[in-house]
Amino acid sequence: MRTFRLDEYRIEDEPYYEATGDEITLFEAAYNNQLPILLKGPTGCGKTRFMEYMAWRLQRPLITVSCHDDLTASDLVGRYLIKGGETVWIDGPLTQAVKAGGICYLDEIVEARKDTMVVIHPLADDRRVLPIEKLGTLIEADPEFAIAISYNPGYQSVLKDLKQSTRQRFVALEFGYPKPELEITIVARESGLDRALATQLVKFAGMTRNLKGSGLEEGASTRLLVHAAKLMAAGVPPVSACQSAVAQALTDDPEMLASVNELSSSLF
Amino acid sequence: MNSPSLLSHSAIQQRLDELLEVEFSFRDTEAPARAIAQLPAQRQHYLISWIERIASTHVELGFQVACNSVAAEALMTTDVFEAWIFHAMDSYDVEGLRPALLVIEQYQQFASQQQARLQGALLQDHEGVLQRFLQGLSGRSLKLAASETIYTDTETLYLPPMQSLLSTPEQNFHLYKVTTALLWAQIQFGSFRALRTVEAPTAEFIQLFHALESLRLETCLQRELPGLHRVLQQIKTVADETELDATWLEFRQQLANPGFSAMDTVILAQRELDRLKPIPLNCYQGQINFEAVTACMNARIEKEKARFKVGLNTLLEELNKSNSEPPPSDKRFTKQQEANPSTSEGVQIEILLDDMPAPLPDNMQSLKRSILLDFGDIPDEYLQAAGPGDYDAKLLHDQTRDAEDVWQGSYHEEGAYLYDEWDFQRRHYRKNWCAVRERAVKPLHDDFVEKTLDKYHGLIKHLRKTFEALRHENRLLKRQPEGDDVDIDALVEALADAHLGFEMTDRLLTKMQRNERNIAVIFMVDMSGSTKGWINDAERESLLLLCEALESLGDRYAIYGFSGMTRKRCELFPIKHFEESYDTTIRARISGIEPQDYTRMGFAIRHLTQVLQKTDAKTRILITLSDGKPDDYDSYRGEYGIEDTRRALIEARRGGIHPYCITIDEEARDYLPHLYGPAAYSVISDVRSLPLKVSDIYRRLTT
Repeated sequence: MRTFRLDEYRIEDEPYYEATGDEITLFEAAYNNQLPILLKGPTGCGKTRFMEYMAWRLQRPLITVSCHDDLTASDLVGRYLIKGGETVWIDGPLTQAVKAGGICYLDEIVEARKDTMVVIHPLADDRRVLPIEKLGTLIEADPEFAIAISYNPGYQSVLKDLKQSTRQRFVALEFGYPKPELEITIVARESGLDRALATQLVKFAGMTRNLKGSGLEEGASTRLLVHAAKLMAAGVPPVSACQSAVAQALTDDPEMLASVNELSSSLF
Repeated sequence: MNSPSLLSHSAIQQRLDELLEVEFSFRDTEAPARAIAQLPAQRQHYLISWIERIASTHVELGFQVACNSVAAEALMTTDVFEAWIFHAMDSYDVEGLRPALLVIEQYQQFASQQQARLQGALLQDHEGVLQRFLQGLSGRSLKLAASETIYTDTETLYLPPMQSLLSTPEQNFHLYKVTTALLWAQIQFGSFRALRTVEAPTAEFIQLFHALESLRLETCLQRELPGLHRVLQQIKTVADETELDATWLEFRQQLANPGFSAMDTVILAQRELDRLKPIPLNCYQGQINFEAVTACMNARIEKEKARFKVGLNTLLEELNKSNSEPPPSDKRFTKQQEANPSTSEGVQIEILLDDMPAPLPDNMQSLKRSILLDFGDIPDEYLQAAGPGDYDAKLLHDQTRDAEDVWQGSYHEEGAYLYDEWDFQRRHYRKNWCAVRERAVKPLHDDFVEKTLDKYHGLIKHLRKTFEALRHENRLLKRQPEGDDVDIDALVEALADAHLGFEMTDRLLTKMQRNERNIAVIFMVDMSGSTKGWINDAERESLLLLCEALESLGDRYAIYGFSGMTRKRCELFPIKHFEESYDTTIRARISGIEPQDYTRMGFAIRHLTQVLQKTDAKTRILITLSDGKPDDYDSYRGEYGIEDTRRALIEARRGGIHPYCITIDEEARDYLPHLYGPAAYSVISDVRSLPLKVSDIYRRLTT
């Protein structure tokens, strides 16, 4: 086991990522022009993997913060701690990235508290600075620093929407589920499952996506498919793999579960 | 419990006379009383209680049950007996007295069918699962409906209401599933598209085509849905279907070729028409109802063509808006076909605009899929964009009947939400009893809003202030082990402690705790006729004040008025939906609240419970503003109305909703505790103080 400082960790091996469009060129262009990036797309379609891949490609440290509804500005910027009677300032992940020229990736940004989002504003325009109120200082971002946030527009709740003042600072890249051919390749490659079964799984995913809006909030994501495929590759019968890895993950509604299970048992 | 005492013949007859209002009719209770008198005490009481329950619905039904009960009960188990009576009452609710009497009369048939019911599967029970199964398969929304014959008109699949051919409910469900899948396959794999190319097909031809095509579809299913095909094979074995003879086996061989399309089946059927006798249908197969298919498809094709062309036009307009060049007349839509084995048509069609893929919106994508299913292609003429003026508006938009029209004629249930209602005498729900509809409130732009805001000028200011104070109760928590800032007081103390040799605490930080309000509330406002006059004014004023106050609080809220006139006409008047923001339209709607008819409450509570449940708020509140007891034109008064309302409130509470009632009815203390519980209502004695009180009550309720 090895432990790294957040701002020193580099991804060494190339993460597996299949481009679905021109997102790699776009990201690189935005990065080279110091523009902040917003990744839009449903859960499990490969946003985080894409970030890992880009961090590897650009050879920058990637600092990921998964946002939750209790995440405060101090959690990002830093705070005072007390050590042996002395107060010590500890940089938060955002500050670390700003100093080290890393890529700071705020995953599911809408989950964070509203005041947290404002902290990134001065970093996300041409000022590229991070004011630290408690220290009374201002840090200029390293030229290599980049900020990226992700956001799932599928959440219909008004409360979980990005403010215009936030979203209008970003270059937006839209992610969807990959086309069937590509998704089959991804599933097969990630799980080691044979192509024939992977094809069936992707077909199954398409069926659940048909149900979006008529009882399901989301169809099965690529991530769920990979889970199911891994179970199947480990010898679990396809129908039970779909049940545990996909159906149960999608819904708790018994009628919906029954329907999804009927679909998978029809396919395999 | 004491065992009930045995009743004598005359005692029973007396009781029956009472229940069945013999005084006013020619009913003779002599015979039924004699029959019941023969039974042991427990069963006597059991039967009489049931006769009482059904007589509360209709006396004649009660009498008929009384006459048949002894014989019926002897034939049936308790469950079946009760099911029989409920079935009779449901038939009465839905179809009227005659069909209900028929159900009672044919108790023997009911008893014998019960066996089938035990092993069978009901469409009603599985409709939800099958419906979604189908949606998952096709992506095109196909409907399910009950019918004695199995067929599809390409938009609705007709399935039998009960399937009891096989010996267990599970197998019968599988039978439903296979039938559904085969009907879906007819649509999906182009059977009808091919059949429509034949000019005036004869019945014999359709039969033969169907028999051959079914074989082809089965092999399609085998390729596409191997799991389902296994189930199909099992059913064949269980149902003991006859094996195909050598000729047909050979045909099946041919039809199993993946390159074989429905058109090839047509050719095959034409060739063999005089030589080959069609084999009988399997138990899971439907029929082809060619007239229904033709009618349905023609209507759809016309509709979709219009919509597709108009849709392309809209697309063009939108593109022109975003960039002015090149001029629109130069732009042309073309299509590009690509072989794509993963789709069922084998082709993928991309719509191009000036050789660039056109960004079709979702509704156009599904139109494209649907057209592709009907034609296997996008016909060239579809690609010419057309303005909406070129077509009848009826084609472009689904017809929605005006709410006013619906009440006339026999359409009351069309498009309405149906809710059950509790019948306390029957101790059972009346199924789909209330037809509920949402109707728009006409906004009234008069001086009411201004006047009220002026009149309560001071109060509104006060309310805003008190409500604002509620908004974020942020508290700075001191001496926390984790937090954002150093708690200097705690640190000083801790350092002093350390100097004195005590252990130093780690609770040295401060943390801001935010209590975010996560409340959704619906105000359900009585719009019955009795509110006419100052009650209505007070209600409107209260709502206006409340909105002003709630705006500063930031809680999600909605306002609905309710009224009703018999079960067929239950109306909800949305004044403000959750997603609407408070503006002049909403104000004008509040101003436009007018007294309507009666106070039927159960349906409103049930409907709004569902609306509330769709929100993801932590706390969900349903506040009723009313002026009296539940009351409606039909039997919805007195105990019946109160008991149904109570039942609806129990359902709401079970769904995690907190109901509360604000009323101006002085007598409300007699019945409200029974409905809302002892602490969940307020009675306001002075109507004029309602506007002051409502906001105040709301504030207390949510802190």
